[in-house]
Amino acid sequence: MVIIKDNKCDFCGCCVGVCPENCIELYESKIEIINELCTDCGKCVWACPFEVLELHITKKKKESFL
Amino acid sequence: MTFGKNFPKHDYYDVIVVGGGPAGTTAARFAALNGAKVLVLEKDRDIGYPVRCGEAVSHEGLIQFIEPDPKWIASTVKYFKLVAPDGTVVKPNIEGFGYILERRIFDYELAKIAAENGAEIVTKAYVNGLIINNGKVEGVRVLMNNSEQIEIRSKIVIGADGVESRVGRWAGLNTTCKLQDMESAVQMTLTNIDIEPDTCYFYFGEKVAPGGYLWVFPKGNNTANVGLGIAGIYGRQRHALSYLEEFIEKNFPQASILTVIAGGVPCAKTADKIVTHGLMLVGDAAHQVNPVSGGGIISGMIAGKIAGQIAGQAVKENNLDLIFKYEDEWRKTLGQRHERYYKIKQFIYKFSDEKLNEIARELAKIPYEKLTLKNLFLTAVKTQPSLIIEVMRLFL
Repeated sequence: MVIIKDNKCDFCGCCVGVCPENCIELYESKIEIINELCTDCGKCVWACPFEVLELHITKKKKESFL
Repeated sequence: MTFGKNFPKHDYYDVIVVGGGPAGTTAARFAALNGAKVLVLEKDRDIGYPVRCGEAVSHEGLIQFIEPDPKWIASTVKYFKLVAPDGTVVKPNIEGFGYILERRIFDYELAKIAAENGAEIVTKAYVNGLIINNGKVEGVRVLMNNSEQIEIRSKIVIGADGVESRVGRWAGLNTTCKLQDMESAVQMTLTNIDIEPDTCYFYFGEKVAPGGYLWVFPKGNNTANVGLGIAGIYGRQRHALSYLEEFIEKNFPQASILTVIAGGVPCAKTADKIVTHGLMLVGDAAHQVNPVSGGGIISGMIAGKIAGQIAGQAVKENNLDLIFKYEDEWRKTLGQRHERYYKIKQFIYKFSDEKLNEIARELAKIPYEKLTLKNLFLTAVKTQPSLIIEVMRLFL
């Protein structure tokens, strides 16, 4: 699962653009991760310019990316 | 359904555009000009803000759409300087000029033009789903003013929802950007700095911006957009913001920071499919960004114009299958060129810092008048014979 570490999010959408599961909701000033759909691939975490997201591996990953 | 003040006036439109950036409002403008009843939905409370952009455009590109106006032009730029990792400066002859925009005013102006041509624009309208029937997109689901969920129907939806590009994905188009193609970007607008007001600087190197570049775009005498993008894969070791903080600390320690903004730039090839039944994608949402420069304003507007015109025609002729023409039109206009740029990008970003330095030192010997961008490219290839084969592959 991916957690939102702190309030640094700038709502830029970079994470949404790389999310293969389309499981991030991004409002004008609110971000939500639908962790039931998340496959722990980590792409959103690395794409984030501000280091807002953190990966906690909880599922067997579809891709061995790490 | 009750429609209050900040609500769409109708529950049915010929064309619904999702996203009020330059690609979206240009699509709206040309669809409306062709007689379609058009609605633009913008998720934020403002058109044009926040500005997630370096704000550079060429004069040549801009005048296809709008007469340059001092009220949204921060500066006119005539020169580029490319800085290699060792500090070697290369000054190519760009044979033209450009502008650094005030996007928040520029985007407003584009939206006004769309509205003047008959498009309706609504903000605080968060599109969170599509209405799809028998494989055909027939409208959008919208959360209005963070409170009321509504449905609006249409003949054609144009997805201009930027880097997030979810509209396409809801309709089954693959618009997920590969991590290595996503530029993870940060920009600060700095003031109280000493810069050349007519020169754009580009810094390269794995210590400055791995898999991307850093830019300094002047916005007047002592103010500039200073930003960078790193390829998403490099974010695993270190995030974009810390690269920018280091650069600014070193080069502009006295600066005041007016804005800090994050962004993502899909420096990819155009998405494989940008049309499906009832849906067209334009701009960043379709990955219509120049993959080398990361510039997307003009290419998004060019795509918006093509898509808007075709959507208008499809509505007028009551033949919605016409929208499939858009894909071909885009490829002919810019798409094929972007594919070539994408290949160029792939080998440029393989260069080590030493190689970049070597090329830059060679280029620095060439007088300014002769160093056109074409010549720059050819000379770079000549200094690196191993490149010739790769370059030939590009053009064969």
